[in-house]
Amino acid sequence: MGILDKHKIIEKNATLLLVLSFLVVTIGGLVEIVPLFYLEGTIEKVEGVRPYSPLELAGRDIYIREGCYVCHSQMIRPLRDEVERYGHYSLAAESMYDHPFQWGSKRTGPDLARVGGRYSDKWHVDHLRNPQSVVPVSIMPSYAFLLDRKLDGKTIEDHLIANRRVGVPYTDEMIENARADFLAQADPDADWDGLLARYPKAQTRNFDGQPELTEMDALIAYLQMLGTLVDFDTFQPAASR
Amino acid sequence: MARKPEPKQKNIGTTGHEWDGITELDTPMPRWWLWTFYLTIIWGIIYMILYPAIPLVKGATPGLLGYSSRGAVAEDIAAVSAKNAPLDAKIVSLDLAAIGSDPEVGTYANNGGAAVFRTFCIQCHGSGAEGAVGFPNLLDDDWLWGGDIESIYTTIKHGIRSEDDDDTRLSDMPAFGDDYLSDEEIASVAQYVLSLSGRATDETLVEDGSVVFADNCAACHGDDGKGLREMGAPNLTDSIWLYGGDLATVIETITYSRRGVMPAWSVDNKLSEAQIRQVAVYVHELGGGE
Repeated sequence: MGILDKHKIIEKNATLLLVLSFLVVTIGGLVEIVPLFYLEGTIEKVEGVRPYSPLELAGRDIYIREGCYVCHSQMIRPLRDEVERYGHYSLAAESMYDHPFQWGSKRTGPDLARVGGRYSDKWHVDHLRNPQSVVPVSIMPSYAFLLDRKLDGKTIEDHLIANRRVGVPYTDEMIENARADFLAQADPDADWDGLLARYPKAQTRNFDGQPELTEMDALIAYLQMLGTLVDFDTFQPAASR
Repeated sequence: MARKPEPKQKNIGTTGHEWDGITELDTPMPRWWLWTFYLTIIWGIIYMILYPAIPLVKGATPGLLGYSSRGAVAEDIAAVSAKNAPLDAKIVSLDLAAIGSDPEVGTYANNGGAAVFRTFCIQCHGSGAEGAVGFPNLLDDDWLWGGDIESIYTTIKHGIRSEDDDDTRLSDMPAFGDDYLSDEEIASVAQYVLSLSGRATDETLVEDGSVVFADNCAACHGDDGKGLREMGAPNLTDSIWLYGGDLATVIETITYSRRGVMPAWSVDNKLSEAQIRQVAVYVHELGGGE
């Protein structure tokens, strides 16, 4: 049996077995880990994708806190039925500033990757307050309490800093203005110029129809921007990727 | 007192291990198992040659077949669009009113419109187009902005109070609670509004209310309260209420106003021109079309 008989040498020599086992595991590890070192090159550059505005970021935190991802994915797969129902398939770049990403794999409810702009703010308020009032067969629970929970943005700067530490390119200017931007986005009387310069395409209006800034404002600000940053009229993704 | 193994087949030897007289038969793997194992290896190699497989610096090796999931979905969509292209082209070229009854594309437009409706419209307007509080019923004869097919088409295309479309339908009822009217005036005009459909609960206020109505409301809702479609002002004399026709809701509406929003479906290519026409035809033929 030639070479196979030599296997005995490995089996009977613990140190050799250990060294060779490590070698095998190292190869597996290299194949899986090395691509991460050049990840910058694997995510295609897409114009329009920007870090979340402070209010959107707070909305995202609420989205995660309430476990929306348990029933809603944010990942439109490249299949015709999904593209026709939800819109252009998701690009890696569109979740490059998500920590953690919200792709998900469970769709008890519909995919939300491009829910932005599809429904009015009032629909979102009605739907989050009492989902069955607009979709009678829905099994989604009520999130009416979001309307009562006011936000003051005292900690939002820290959220931006934390995101910067894990790689989101928030500038010093963004972090300096974090709280002001946070309070301005849903305030109809605020000056939005600075906010819009820092976060292009950010939507600015009173989202929940209440004078106070609430968690409902933040969540709807987040939902209404989902999937709206990339302009697919001008951006054509490389077909081979 | 070790027992010697008794091989079923004489030619099977032992592994050679021996401990206290115990030995181990060296039975070969079943042949079917081995062959399956070798086949999976061969399959794996062929797959790696044909399909994208080995990750490199600039992306994976492309594979001989040139497959990509993006390419596949693009082909898939292009194939269906190519099939529908002549029909869609005809729908876009036809007069709106002629689409529904056209022998060639009428059925296609209706079914396509139904599919669009089920995907994009039912969340607000209901799966049977019956609407919900704040979202109009599309089955009845009451239309805020007009129920002929041109009006329906325009509403779908440009939306209502959409921030993304400069041609959107815009009506702007003031919040009369903000400095315009006192609480007493609002209470009386609310009674007058209820009286238009014969439901006033306090007849004594109706006359005062009619004056307030004439001064503040008639410009849009009309002297008779029958509404004005050019302004998107609803008819107040019928029993159809978008937000509710009880006294408390009417007072709330007058005090705070209502600003329902419908997305402009032509913006960002949410729907193609052909799809907008299809769903306009579908909504028009639901029952309330004029």
